[in-house]
Amino acid sequence: MLDHLAFESPKPARIAGAKEDWELVIGMEVHAQVSSNAKLFSGASTRFGAEPNSNVAFVDAAMPGMLPVINDYCVEQAVRTGLGLRAEINLWSAFDRKNYFYPDLPQGYQISQLYHPIVGEGEVIVDMGPGVARRVRIERIHLEQDAGKSIHDMDPAMSFVDLNRTGVALMEIVSRPDIRGPEEAAAYVQKLRQILRYLGTCDGNMQEGSLRADVNVSVCRPGAYERYMETQDFSHLGTRCEIKNMNSLRFIQAAIDHEARRQIALLEDGGAVVQETRLYDPDKGETRSMRSKEEAHDYRYFPCPDLLPLEIEQDWVDAIKAGLPELPDEKKARFVKDFGLSEYDAGVLTADVEAAHYFERVAEGRDGKLAANWVINELFGRLKKEGHDITESPVDPDQLGGIIALIQNGEISGKIAKDLFEIVFTEGGDPAVIVVERGMKQVTDTGAIEAAVDEVIAANPAQVEKAKANPKLAGWFVGQVMKATGGKANPKAVNEIVAKKLGL
Amino acid sequence: MSIDIETARKVAHLARIRVEEDRLPALAAEFNDILGFIEQLNEVNVDDIEPMTSVTPMRLKRREDVVTDGGYPEKVLSNAPDARVGFFAVPKVVE
Repeated sequence: MLDHLAFESPKPARIAGAKEDWELVIGMEVHAQVSSNAKLFSGASTRFGAEPNSNVAFVDAAMPGMLPVINDYCVEQAVRTGLGLRAEINLWSAFDRKNYFYPDLPQGYQISQLYHPIVGEGEVIVDMGPGVARRVRIERIHLEQDAGKSIHDMDPAMSFVDLNRTGVALMEIVSRPDIRGPEEAAAYVQKLRQILRYLGTCDGNMQEGSLRADVNVSVCRPGAYERYMETQDFSHLGTRCEIKNMNSLRFIQAAIDHEARRQIALLEDGGAVVQETRLYDPDKGETRSMRSKEEAHDYRYFPCPDLLPLEIEQDWVDAIKAGLPELPDEKKARFVKDFGLSEYDAGVLTADVEAAHYFERVAEGRDGKLAANWVINELFGRLKKEGHDITESPVDPDQLGGIIALIQNGEISGKIAKDLFEIVFTEGGDPAVIVVERGMKQVTDTGAIEAAVDEVIAANPAQVEKAKANPKLAGWFVGQVMKATGGKANPKAVNEIVAKKLGL
Repeated sequence: MSIDIETARKVAHLARIRVEEDRLPALAAEFNDILGFIEQLNEVNVDDIEPMTSVTPMRLKRREDVVTDGGYPEKVLSNAPDARVGFFAVPKVVE
């Protein structure tokens, strides 16, 4: 099995400062909400959009005497995610308390895994175009609790706190500083999201906050990053700033670009970058310091006395591994190899797991390239026009497959197929039945085509003379015949017969 | 390790416990006594001894992913000094 198609690394993004050129170095911490029914340490529901404080157990509200009990499924999903990122799984991990005060954190600490995370080093291959990809190393993935939600705009003097999200399981996926530009950063989040959705461990819904990213940005002079990679010595890199809590790919790119330019201006002015936490303001298009966060940065981590170490068995990990689905890189490589698709088309078809499954059902036993063209150009185009996603497609894979089979068998022309697709899209029905009922079958009967050609020739003697002098005009006759047969005549047969009858 | 007045002030702040300025020297001294007492543990040789994580011969219990709790917002909010339309209401905290 091919893990990934061959690729080269992209060039790092370069920003021209007032004095010299600079490169970007980016590392990310992505928080992915585990798609579980219940919370990490309590039996309360994780359902989004419930009435405030209704998905809260006394454990989540940190009532005295309540103890956390870990959700087995969440552990399994963290392991699954680790395996999907080709990462090492730690059979022994442990939970720590990260202490800070905030109204949406009733415990006064977040249960996390600082010292012994459940997942160790892995990698994500971030595709940047056919044959170009960035290998981003994953440092670790750990399990932790989400905090609650504060709403600040309901009252001028008060903040309102909803603990529904408190204690929901998050996987924090920490990358090494291997991302080299704003586009790569967005592509990295997109690729992670794609893998998580294939694995089914996180729904990847960025709007609902199921996937959020903290972005660490620093700048350096060309050549410095290569020295870091050789030595893994961070002193070759610049001082970084962390931009917190981004949940939009567009904002991630804008924030990185702005932050890099801010740092470059600072450095070229003879100043220094101060390591700090910053917040991106999309309205103003700039980042600003979160001073309050700095003060609270002393988290005084210590092992959580309420939880024993998390010990899992290699057999269990192996069983999870055996049950992994085919992942995007492998699927894409297989589409290229088995269906003869271009890397670009294979990338489009595998971008979304539902779309990939749809395509596979259409292509099964049929011409893969033809199927890819139809899914990408006709179906995706039409769905986009209606604002539907693939799961809402009114045309199911069997119906689209049926249309493609009719084209492959020569029963309908490509042009008629588009009309047929429109009928199936708007009215539904079995394509094979529709072509018979509505007389859409391609006329391959040469007798019928000859009769139509004869008719057109007899009706247009002047055109015949012109065509004999200028064979290029034969196309006009072909067009007339196609029109006369309602587009159902086999174009190749019409061409031949027209040429023969005109004596060309 | 020695705790000075500045560290005592910081620890008090992180714990959100108000300590009057004139109490800080005594607090720092108490911290030092406690740490000194605990530091005696460093005298014990623990080479080749696995860290003990629990006094009970148990492994971490895990539960199934089933919703078994919640659905009582009125109870959750019943001790709140201020609650409005289902939310805890706290003095404004905004960046």
